[in-house]
Amino acid sequence: MEKFVTLNGLVAPIDRPNVDTDAIIPKQFLKSIKRSGFGPNLFDEWRYLDHGEPGMDNSRRPLNTEFVLNQPRYQGAQVLLGRENFGCGSSREHAPWALEDYGFRAIIAPSFADIFYNNCFKNGLLPIVLDAAVVDALFNACADTEGYRLTVDLSKQQVVTATGETFAFEIDGFRQHCLLNGLDDIGLTMQHVDDIKAYESKRRVSTPWLFN
Amino acid sequence: MVATVRELNIIESKEKSMSAKTLYDKLWDAHLVRQNDDGSCLIYIDRQLVHEVTSPQAFEGLRLAGRKPWRVDANLATPDHNVPTTGQSAGVAGIVDPVSKIQVETLDANCDFFGITEFKMNDIRQGIVHVVGPEQGATLPGMTVVCGDSHTSTHGALGALAHGIGTSEVEHVMATQCLIQKKSKNMLIKVNGQVGPGVTAKDIVLAIIGKIGTAGGTGYAIEFGGEAIMALSIEGRMTVCNMAIEAGARSGVVAVDDKTVDYVKGRPYAPTAGQWDAAVAAWRDLHSDADARFDAVVELNGAEIEPQVTWGTSPEMVVAVGGSVPDPAAETDLVKRTGMEKALVYMGLKANTPIEEISIDKVFIGSCTNSRIEDMRAAAAVAQGRKVAANVKLAMVVPGSGLVKKQAEEEGLDKIFIAAGFEWREPGCSMCLAMNADRLEPGERCASTSNRNFEGRQGQGGRTHLVSPAMAAAAAVMGHFVDIRTLG
Ligand code: SF4
Repeated sequence: MEKFVTLNGLVAPIDRPNVDTDAIIPKQFLKSIKRSGFGPNLFDEWRYLDHGEPGMDNSRRPLNTEFVLNQPRYQGAQVLLGRENFGCGSSREHAPWALEDYGFRAIIAPSFADIFYNNCFKNGLLPIVLDAAVVDALFNACADTEGYRLTVDLSKQQVVTATGETFAFEIDGFRQHCLLNGLDDIGLTMQHVDDIKAYESKRRVSTPWLFN
Repeated sequence: MVATVRELNIIESKEKSMSAKTLYDKLWDAHLVRQNDDGSCLIYIDRQLVHEVTSPQAFEGLRLAGRKPWRVDANLATPDHNVPTTGQSAGVAGIVDPVSKIQVETLDANCDFFGITEFKMNDIRQGIVHVVGPEQGATLPGMTVVCGDSHTSTHGALGALAHGIGTSEVEHVMATQCLIQKKSKNMLIKVNGQVGPGVTAKDIVLAIIGKIGTAGGTGYAIEFGGEAIMALSIEGRMTVCNMAIEAGARSGVVAVDDKTVDYVKGRPYAPTAGQWDAAVAAWRDLHSDADARFDAVVELNGAEIEPQVTWGTSPEMVVAVGGSVPDPAAETDLVKRTGMEKALVYMGLKANTPIEEISIDKVFIGSCTNSRIEDMRAAAAVAQGRKVAANVKLAMVVPGSGLVKKQAEEEGLDKIFIAAGFEWREPGCSMCLAMNADRLEPGERCASTSNRNFEGRQGQGGRTHLVSPAMAAAAAVMGHFVDIRTLG
C-alpha cells in the first residue's frame, strides 16, 4: 500500500448527501477480476451521457459537461469534498479503488459510511471527518476560488487552507500508523499467530460445533 | 423528514452494572483474540461466505503472497450476483455475458484451487449467499460471520455477529481467520406491541430507516427487539437485519429464542447428536442481559407502522402507502432539501402525488431481503386468482436459492405466479442490482422487494420503489401502488 504523509492537492466538490458506492462505481464494472483500472469509470453514470460497459473506449464517450469532474477547473483534483454519509451502500472495495485510481488521495466529509471508511484505509486513501459547518465553509470557499487547494497533514492530523486556517481531525492510532507507513494488515496480524492459535484451541474445546 | 438519532426519543440509559452485557457485547467478548494498545482488536471469524464479485482480488492477493486459507472449512462459496435467472442448468457455460462468465469461472477455479466448498451454478443448493448460509445451517447462533457484501448483516437474525467487509478484509480473514476491528457502540431498536395485518418485516424495517435515517446507525451495532420483532419468523428477522446496513449499521442482531433453535435444527451444517445439546445450551445465553446498557435506544410502536413505499433514491425516503410524495419546500435543512429535489427529478415524481397514484412498469420480487419461502408465499397469496395488470411489462419472481425454488414448486406457488402472468425465474441476485441480464431500462419504474433504491441500482435511469413482497404483488396486479390491506 502507498504511504500517506502529507498532501497539497486541488479540491473537487461533490455536493450531495448519501453518495453511495453504486454511484461511485456502477455494478457493471465490478465484473473485473482486477484491482486496478477503475478510474475512468469513477462516477460513470454522472460523468458520461451514455451507458458505460466494461471494455468501452472511455475517451470516445460523450461527457456530461455539467458534472464537476468534467469541468476544466477541477482537472487533476486529489482531494474530494463530500457531504454526509459519503460512501453508503454496498461494501464494494471497487469504490476506493476507483477513487484512488482516478487520482484522489483524501476525502473530506461530515460523515462516512462505516464499511467504505474502513475500505479507504486499506488502499492509501484518507477519509477525513470534519464538522458539517466546516465542510460547508470549504464548499463555499471551493466554489468561490478557482484552483482551490488544501493541505492535508496526516501526522499532525490537520487540514490547512491556503490562508493558513487549520482544522484538526480525529483518526485512530492504528489506522494512522498503517497509512503513514504503508503497512499491510495481514503482515501485522501474522505477528500474532500464537494468539490466534491459542484462541482457536480453546474454542475447539468449548464450542466444537463451530469447527466441523 | 428524517431526524437524527440523537434528536429522537432516545433514552440514554443509566449506568449498567459491570456484569450486564448486551448481546453484541457477548458476541464480541467471545471472539476477542487480542486487544492492541491502540484500541484495535483482533476478532476471530467463524464463518466466511464468499461470492464471485468481491473475492477474485482477495484470492489473487493470497496467491501473490504465497498464503493459504487459515481454515479452509470456515469458508463457503456460491456465485450469485452474476448468474442468469434462466437456463441455469447449462451451468457456467450458459452465461452469455463473457465478463460475467469469467468472474464466475474465476470463483470456481479459486475454490477448486484452495479446496473451498462451493455450491456451483448447477447445484440445487446454489443461491444468494445470505439465503444459502442460514438455509444450510452454515450460519449458526453465536458465530461471527463475514462476507464481502454489505448485507451480511442478514445473518444477525440468528443471533450471530455478522457484517459486511471489503475485499482487502476478505483476504485478511482468509489468511488469518481474524479481522481487525474496533468495537461499535450499542443501539437497541425496540418495536413495541404488534403490527397490524398486512404489515410485514419489510415494512417494519423501512419504517425504522424512515425514522432514524440511512446514517442513523453509523458506528453502532443494532439489536432489534421488542414484541413485534420477536413475533417475526426467522425469515422475517432476516429481512429486518438485512437492512440494518441501510440504516448505517454494519450489523443487526436479534436475540436467540425457541424459533431460532427450531430453525437451525436438522440443517446440513448444524451441530448433530452429541454436540446439539451443548450448542443449544450455549445459545440460550445469546440475549442482552436485563440491565444491559445501550448507548442509544430507539422505540417504535408496532401498531402505528403501515405498509411502506419508498419514493426517492435513498431508503430513508419512505412513506406509508396512504401518504404522498413529500414536498422539498417543507424541508428546512438545505442539504436535505437539495437531496430531495434531485431525488424527485431522478424519480420523475411531483411533490404531493399520492403514493397510490404512482403506476409502475415492472415488478421484482426477490433479493436477499425478500426471496425466502415465506416471501414467495406472501406474494403468491396476493397473485392467486388475479392477473398482472396490462401496463406492467414484466413481473418477475426470483427465489433466493435452488432449495427455496424447489420448495415453492412443491407447494405449487410457481403455478400460481405463472397463471397470474408473473415470470418464475431461477435463483440469484437478479434485478436487485442488475449485474446479470435482468434490469430496468432508463425511466422504467419498478416495485421491488430489494433493499436499495439508489440511482441506477436496478439499471441506469431505472426508478426503484422498495416495498414488501405482498405490496409488490399487489402493485403488479393493480398496475400501481395500493394498500395491501384494502385489496381484500
Ligand atoms: S440480492 Fe442484492 S443486496 Fe443481496 S447480495 Fe445480491 S446484490 Fe447484494
